[in-house]
Amino acid sequence: MTAGGTQSGPLPVTVVGGYLGAGKTTLVNSLLRQAGGRRLAIMVNEFGALPIDSSLVEAADDRIVSLTGGCVCCSYGEDMVSSLAMLATLDPRPDHVLLEASGVALPGAIAGTVGLLGDFALDGTVVLADAETVQRRAGDRYVGSTVRQQLAQADLILLNKCDLAADPGGVEAWLGEAAPGARIVRAEQADVPIDAVLGTRTDPGTVRADGRFRDHTAGYVAAELDPPAGADPEALARLLADPAHRLLRAKGFVRRPDGSMAALQVVGNRWTVSEAPAGARPGLVCIGLRGQADIAKIRRSAARL
Amino acid sequence: MTNTVYPARKIITMNPARPCASHVAVRDGRIVGAGTLDELAGWGAYTLDDRFADKILMPGLVEGHSHTMEGTLWAYVYCGFFDRMDPEGTVWPGLKSIDEVVGRLRAAADRLEDPAAPLAGWALDAIYYGDRRVNRHDLDRASTERAIGVLNASGHILNVNSKALELAGLLKPGIDHPGIPLGEDGLPTGEMKGPDAMAPLGPHTGFDRDLLACDEPGLRRFARLCVRTGVTTAADLANTLPDDAVDMMLRVTAEPDYPARIVSLRRFYGVTPEELIDRVLALGERSQDNLRLGIIKVVADGSIQGFSARLRWPGYFNGAPEGLWYIPPEHLLEIYERAMASGVQVHTHTNGDEATELALDCVEAALRKHPGPDHRFTLQHCQLADAAQFRRMEKLGVGVNLFPNHHFYWGDQHYGITVGPERAERMNACATALAAGVPLAIHSDAPVTPLGPLFTAWCAVNRRTATGRTLGEHERIGVADALRTITLGAAYTFKLDGEIGSIETGKRADFAVLEDDPETVGSEALKDVRVWGTVQGGRIFPAADI
Ligand SMILES: [Zn+2]
Repeated sequence: MTAGGTQSGPLPVTVVGGYLGAGKTTLVNSLLRQAGGRRLAIMVNEFGALPIDSSLVEAADDRIVSLTGGCVCCSYGEDMVSSLAMLATLDPRPDHVLLEASGVALPGAIAGTVGLLGDFALDGTVVLADAETVQRRAGDRYVGSTVRQQLAQADLILLNKCDLAADPGGVEAWLGEAAPGARIVRAEQADVPIDAVLGTRTDPGTVRADGRFRDHTAGYVAAELDPPAGADPEALARLLADPAHRLLRAKGFVRRPDGSMAALQVVGNRWTVSEAPAGARPGLVCIGLRGQADIAKIRRSAARL
Repeated sequence: MTNTVYPARKIITMNPARPCASHVAVRDGRIVGAGTLDELAGWGAYTLDDRFADKILMPGLVEGHSHTMEGTLWAYVYCGFFDRMDPEGTVWPGLKSIDEVVGRLRAAADRLEDPAAPLAGWALDAIYYGDRRVNRHDLDRASTERAIGVLNASGHILNVNSKALELAGLLKPGIDHPGIPLGEDGLPTGEMKGPDAMAPLGPHTGFDRDLLACDEPGLRRFARLCVRTGVTTAADLANTLPDDAVDMMLRVTAEPDYPARIVSLRRFYGVTPEELIDRVLALGERSQDNLRLGIIKVVADGSIQGFSARLRWPGYFNGAPEGLWYIPPEHLLEIYERAMASGVQVHTHTNGDEATELALDCVEAALRKHPGPDHRFTLQHCQLADAAQFRRMEKLGVGVNLFPNHHFYWGDQHYGITVGPERAERMNACATALAAGVPLAIHSDAPVTPLGPLFTAWCAVNRRTATGRTLGEHERIGVADALRTITLGAAYTFKLDGEIGSIETGKRADFAVLEDDPETVGSEALKDVRVWGTVQGGRIFPAADI
């Protein structure tokens, strides 16, 4: 079972943006290594050489490169819409699309287009920032405004290369002002849990008793939440997306007062509520940064709904 | 070995040593010489061919920035506001109201046999229909059964009908997208603005990606337009040149009756800068007389009327954001450095003055690393360059191909909306470029505006907008400069000025055959000079039979 636990319904798309050299390719490779049964489809626009580690490549045909674990990669160039449509016809269908924007592209524009396509649902926009150079780039006479717009359009910012930066805390504080709508996650070599980037799994055992993910690093905190029966899913989603709670993501299913089931999805400040697939069982998984997300407080607030 | 000698009413040579001649001698597709019959008789036996005795000959016109896609688009319904000649010579009257647009679309829809086939139109110029926007209800009057999509002249808006929206799943409330205006009913109005909003509609309205790749019938139609406009060499400025397209273009342009020389530039796309250089060098090896390959095209920014050109401070007159980069500066610099090192020429699309500044910074940096003698890097459009930037171009050996047709088609909008009065008057500063000693060409960017170097020359000479405003008196150039620019000037930008662009001994026998004398009709009438046809590589192509 994978995120959402369904093969039908719109295919989730995560837009990955950020300026040249911020680590988009490293992130994509890291996510592929963590895929663990999720079938990821990677769409790249950056020119030329395939940005995938050769150890992950199984076979290449004209448009599609097959990767280990049932994942695929294709380049979309100027034809994002038809490339996406092609991915949706693959059998088996991918579970999640990672759409890598070019270095000067505005991820918000790409996300807007994804939002127009019926077979797809925008999952969120992740923008990488190079902790060492992002502030200088944001002041560059040519690309400064592009870099600032990229950051401002993110749901999640991965502040990458923190090991190379003199003062990552200072950069993070600056980012908080440059991109007030985004949650910020520090990283080295774009190493972040796949659940934080692409959404959590909702199958049992994802979260360990100590609040860590089954296969994940310290630094993150996760919790399974029993959604209050009969709660308004939209109110719950809004609560989980509230910046005060500093959650990175939340995902799961909630029973509405009328008995029907809603799928709920939160990425930073962004939330969506849609029809749950048949057979979905109630349950919510939240993920945040340890020391930032206050799970106990979220539980208390949710109980009051 | 017999020469053919053509007497003409007048031969404008562009050779300053003898600017005018009465006869030109041709052999094996090349010019033996131009002069008097007595002089040319010295070359030996000749046959006199007096078919041009009452015509004006000038060097075959060179269109330095067009796209063979102009030929492809004529498969679709022309919906423009201005009269426009198609490749068969039919002039399609401009459509002066939305009703007329609907009428032409409906007539075309009725002619289609397949009831499900989409109908595509192009060149809609909605700004000329007043404040009223064209909406889906208008296009529904042409058909509710089949999807209709009409591309705007600027290429930045696609107008669609309700059926097209329905097929794309977008005829629904709740759409929140900056490029998709909603009507009072909460549904999209059918105006899809910008590539992001247009993309989902393309496949349903016949505007798929095949349209942008040049097809074989389109390449043939394009050449017929060349003959009708006196053009013997034309750029195809931004092709991705996949192998099958190159094979097709080599085959078609080598046919004995293909009447034009196509210079097809390889656009930077889908490869690394390193691979780009290798491919372009390999493409150069495949050049033949009527298909020239081996030059790179890079697009740095967007367009001014689409508000995606990169403008320097203080930006757009109406306060729109500062535009978009289409390439990271790091990649631009890497391409320039590698191209300079390998002796490959690069043409760069820079519409806004900030994009121009970046390109000049990168040329300067690349030159410090790899001095590239006679590199002839050329800036395309370069519409907003100021005098300091032209002086810089001259120092760096950079040429420019300006876009004076913009004055006529969008000059009033540039004055009032996009860049404001002051910069609108300096846009496409042909006089400043010439005064600074910058190699100058001027272009149509067909299909953005119609192919026709004599019209483009008229635009550079008069700088007249569609409503009759003269946009920057001081940037007007003289007729002689304009004629030189649409021949030798454009040839220079492709390093072809030793081969074409003037009527001189040894050059290709490429002539524009005219009914009127552009040197004497007066600057106002330059655009009305009648074209009889062309001679290309010594082959004669009357427009009437093409
Ligand atoms: Zn162009």
